[in-house]
Amino acid sequence: MTTAETPTPATAIAALEARGISKSFGSVEALVDVDFDVRYGEVMALVGDNGAGKSTLIKCLAGIHQADEGEIFFEGERVTIHGPKDAARLGVEVVYQDLALADNLDVVQNMFLGRELHNFIGRLREAPMEVRTADVLKNLAVTTIGSIRQPVASLSGGQRQSVAIGRAVMWNSRVMMLDEPTAALGVAQTRQVLDLVRRLAEQGLAVVLISHNLPEIFEVADRITVLRLGRNVAVFDRGETTEEEVVFAITAGVPTKTEGIHGVNEEPPT
Amino acid sequence: MSVEPQAVALEDEVAAAQYGLVDITRRRLAALRAGDVGTLPIIVGLVLIVAFFYSRNSNFLTAGNFTNLMTQMAGVTTIAIGVVFVLLLGEIDLSIAYVSGIAGVVVAELQIPDSSWEVKGVLAIAIAVTVTALIGALQGSFVAIIGVPSFVVTLAGLLFWQGVILYVIGDAGVIIIEDTTINNVANYFFSDRAGLAIAAGATALYAVTTLSGVVGRRRHGIRTDNLVLVAAKLVLFATAIFGAVIWANRERGFPLAFLLVIIFLIFWTWVAERTTFGRHVYAVGGNPEAARRAGINVARIRIQVFMISGLMAGFGGVIFAARLNSVDLNAGGGTLLLDAISAAVIGGTSLFGGRGRVISALLGALVISTVGNGIDLLGYSSAIKYMVTGLILLAAVTLDALSRRRLAQSGR
Repeated sequence: MTTAETPTPATAIAALEARGISKSFGSVEALVDVDFDVRYGEVMALVGDNGAGKSTLIKCLAGIHQADEGEIFFEGERVTIHGPKDAARLGVEVVYQDLALADNLDVVQNMFLGRELHNFIGRLREAPMEVRTADVLKNLAVTTIGSIRQPVASLSGGQRQSVAIGRAVMWNSRVMMLDEPTAALGVAQTRQVLDLVRRLAEQGLAVVLISHNLPEIFEVADRITVLRLGRNVAVFDRGETTEEEVVFAITAGVPTKTEGIHGVNEEPPT
Repeated sequence: MSVEPQAVALEDEVAAAQYGLVDITRRRLAALRAGDVGTLPIIVGLVLIVAFFYSRNSNFLTAGNFTNLMTQMAGVTTIAIGVVFVLLLGEIDLSIAYVSGIAGVVVAELQIPDSSWEVKGVLAIAIAVTVTALIGALQGSFVAIIGVPSFVVTLAGLLFWQGVILYVIGDAGVIIIEDTTINNVANYFFSDRAGLAIAAGATALYAVTTLSGVVGRRRHGIRTDNLVLVAAKLVLFATAIFGAVIWANRERGFPLAFLLVIIFLIFWTWVAERTTFGRHVYAVGGNPEAARRAGINVARIRIQVFMISGLMAGFGGVIFAARLNSVDLNAGGGTLLLDAISAAVIGGTSLFGGRGRVISALLGALVISTVGNGIDLLGYSSAIKYMVTGLILLAAVTLDALSRRRLAQSGR
């Protein structure tokens, strides 16, 4: 049981790839034939206006929703993800904005929630859990948390986010998806979390970052996937695009089926 | 990052092998200011209540009254333990009183001598509590799987099981329990020596569990609780239990019913605080969505908790039936439901879920029973008893709501 062992960089194939994902809720088409991929060692930003389907896509990849159509590949192998446990087994973890932690439990209890260390009669093994928690947070340079035995309710927003990310790291996660991790945070706390996001990619993880904040994205992301009205619009390399171009794609981009470069269509829109 | 984490990660922790007393006091005060009052108000309240009644009537603290109090409160405490679990989920179970009555009816029916189905003693009790546990599981399934609010499901249960009791007992109006094993549950008192042996055994058990915790943390190189504090708690525990036994020995002796209560308290505290299941109960009560996303089977936890509620109501019902040597049409009626729920809440378990301890069942039941017992001794009517208990309950719930508000404010 090692903590956050650096995944082997396999830049040739994507860590996680989705092809042709469609998902409807009743008559609402949340996702239509969407492609998406993220590689090890990079931060892939996922952007789009409200209702563009970002969260739905993440939830399909994490097993919280079942896609109606489409295929998911993990390291090039086709996989089926039926629930959060399947995703976790592959090393795919989602860090949610605020839903992930139980306020009444302490840091250690939250880090191990649902995966507690216990003996054969279910007795918790507190000491090793406490040691691991301290170890993981230290390695992520999360040093601002005073005691890991205090309830999460008494932590700041940034600290809570760090705990949530630390939890994902601890479970050997290889693909980490962050759903608006900085949305409710102040300046200093946002800084803390962005540094952490960058550090994850440097440690070789594949990181997916949902955010509305473009300056923030241009600071940490390597590539940017734009969704609009549940369809692919473009995939940009950060170094070769501008905020204006991304804003245009978000608000008025034309759907495309391919991993277009700079929003150029290679196929007519469906 | 993996093999020897302790040395790197916890150098500052190793420097101090245990938490300092100053440190602990500071943290405790900070928690208090943040709204986490813990068991402090209830213990202060208990001391005041005992002091008040003792000053008015010196019979209040006699050994005779003390053993009386212990057997009186055994049933309510037992039922309240189940309530604590339900409240930890942020749910409610209004059916417990009549479900406890069902256990009494089942035990009484089973032991009827020379009936074709006659079942004696422990087996009859086991069947009765199995029945009530299944009732709890059934009601819990409606809550967990279909999503009917627990208030409504258990309100329906309240009516339904009351009806069943009336139907089964019917015109007879009462079933006498002649089985001595069953009656002994509430009427057996240990000899002086056996009582002391029980106290010694419980103290030893407490010492072994706390010390094994300390040793375990030492072995992993992390800070332990302050050893002075650990020792102080042990002394307090020993004083309490030996004091209770010695005091009871001046009269009829230590009651079996209260030994059962202590066993229940220890076992369920262990389940709530030391097992995966208990951890998941707190998680579901604190944030069901987070629990679900962490892979916890929320529906199963809910059903199991309602099952515990039914089981403990069943044990409580057996204790009540044994105490009366019979069940009648009033089984599970009167103020039992409100006493049991009030006990858990007054003891400090939050109605909003996620916060509370099993021991609060005992603390709350102590308050309710001492108030009731004291008012009886002073010769006041039940009218006064209800009003006082009502006010105490209001105070407890207000404190809970206020502390929750403080916690939310200091949260972020």
